[in-house]
Amino acid sequence: MRATARLVPGRRRILRAAAAMLALRALPAIAAPELPDIPLLSQFLAGRAARWERLRLTLPVLADNGLAVPLKLAMAGPFAPGPTVRAIRLFSEKNPVPGMAVFEFLEAVERIEIDTRVRLAGSQKVVAVAEMSDGALYAAAAEVIVTIAACLDGS
Amino acid sequence: MALLALGAALAALGAATQERSLPLGALRSGIEFAGEDVRTMQADDIANPGFLWVERGEALWRDDQGGASCASCHGEAAGSMRGVAARYPAYDSAAGAVLDLEARINACRANHQQAQPFPRESEELLALTAYVATQSRGLPIAVRIDGPARASFERGRALYTTRHGQMNLSCAQCHEQNWGRRLYAETLSQGHGNAFPAYRLEWQRLGSLQRRIRACFFGVRAEMPPSGAPELTDLELYLAWRARGLPIEAPGVRR
Amino acid sequence: MADSRVSVPKEARRGEPFEVRISIRHPMETGYRTDESGAPVPRNVIRRFTCRYGGAPVFAVQVTSGIAANPYFRFFVTARESGALEFEWVDDAGVRGEARAELTVA
Repeated sequence: MRATARLVPGRRRILRAAAAMLALRALPAIAAPELPDIPLLSQFLAGRAARWERLRLTLPVLADNGLAVPLKLAMAGPFAPGPTVRAIRLFSEKNPVPGMAVFEFLEAVERIEIDTRVRLAGSQKVVAVAEMSDGALYAAAAEVIVTIAACLDGS
Repeated sequence: MALLALGAALAALGAATQERSLPLGALRSGIEFAGEDVRTMQADDIANPGFLWVERGEALWRDDQGGASCASCHGEAAGSMRGVAARYPAYDSAAGAVLDLEARINACRANHQQAQPFPRESEELLALTAYVATQSRGLPIAVRIDGPARASFERGRALYTTRHGQMNLSCAQCHEQNWGRRLYAETLSQGHGNAFPAYRLEWQRLGSLQRRIRACFFGVRAEMPPSGAPELTDLELYLAWRARGLPIEAPGVRR
Repeated sequence: MADSRVSVPKEARRGEPFEVRISIRHPMETGYRTDESGAPVPRNVIRRFTCRYGGAPVFAVQVTSGIAANPYFRFFVTARESGALEFEWVDDAGVRGEARAELTVA
């Protein structure tokens, strides 16, 4: 018995893309022009430009399960005595709540590294924006494919 | 005389060396079919949410509210419970039936602690089962299917090789004949239960092997046996026998 | 009431960042699910998580349903003096949780 699923063309395309991308651990940062349309993000930026460097957002290319996707943020120093990181904000392209989280660095630290697990309601882009103590903004983005489970679980 | 001896030898061989479906060398835990993220999560005792239940289980182990605590008879679980989960499901003479670990814990509560059994999939039962199971982490599964356990094993094996549900699929068709192949975006595992109770990302909490088996019934569009149903224990025993030699991983993490 | 597990290093070096990891048991109910009868399950997620070090807040997270159930956070804090790390969180229902770890700084 061959386990084949009947797929609609769109999903077949996504799976082929996923197969190709599976060699990569994470997608490289998306260049500024490809910033996804997230109203909350535009609101936050308020016309300010963010630099697409230094901040690294790591998400799997293909999530095991959209309910718990490991996410990593890292920003290369050095910081002090110059501007330090005040906060890093996470924005979701497709979630019902686009503002996923805000990590607040109430006391400066030289090692900016965050690990957590997020929920993603379907395949989408995630954008992270770091706000420095001098108001400068750094951004990073990643794209995640989230599929539904092979077998539905009604337990 | 020689014929009798040969007959006896053959009979003993039949009972003791039931031919296994997957040879020991070919056994692969579900973790080997999981993605890197799930593997990383399972390996890390803080990132692995299952340990939240293990810690709750340790508190319950020592809790003597309303009678004797588990600790009052069994002392430190690290010693007394080591190897126990690896032997379950097992025939329990007091109960006159094969019990899985959850049922055995509840039997202790009823018979020795004058306490109400915890419902299946309750936070408390999951916590205690996880706590006891993790004391066998790394130890190979070693269940017995001889004597009074034999009937349960045979029923479990029959269920495993019978087609179920609207999809008309047996467990064996996916997990014996097609393990390693892709089903949609996932890779079919060999269907072992050595990591349970496990934190399944889909459940967003810890769950038992019975729950996972019920989920598989749902997956082939079959009616799920209710939690605690004897056929689920029969399957658990068959699965444990199939996986004997694989190390216990509880609390595992699965997608 | 809420269970959690915390990990800090055995010893930290003064002036250097040290790693903090915390795992909190919380269903992080999104509010988008329905129960068996079809009734919506009300939202109840942790909304704020704070880490205090020597009494001063050093790190906090504004949390939403976008953070997975049983939240896990790993972050770094600059080591100053030996003392307590106190963690606190509050959810939509107003239920507070807390945890604590002792840190030795050399």
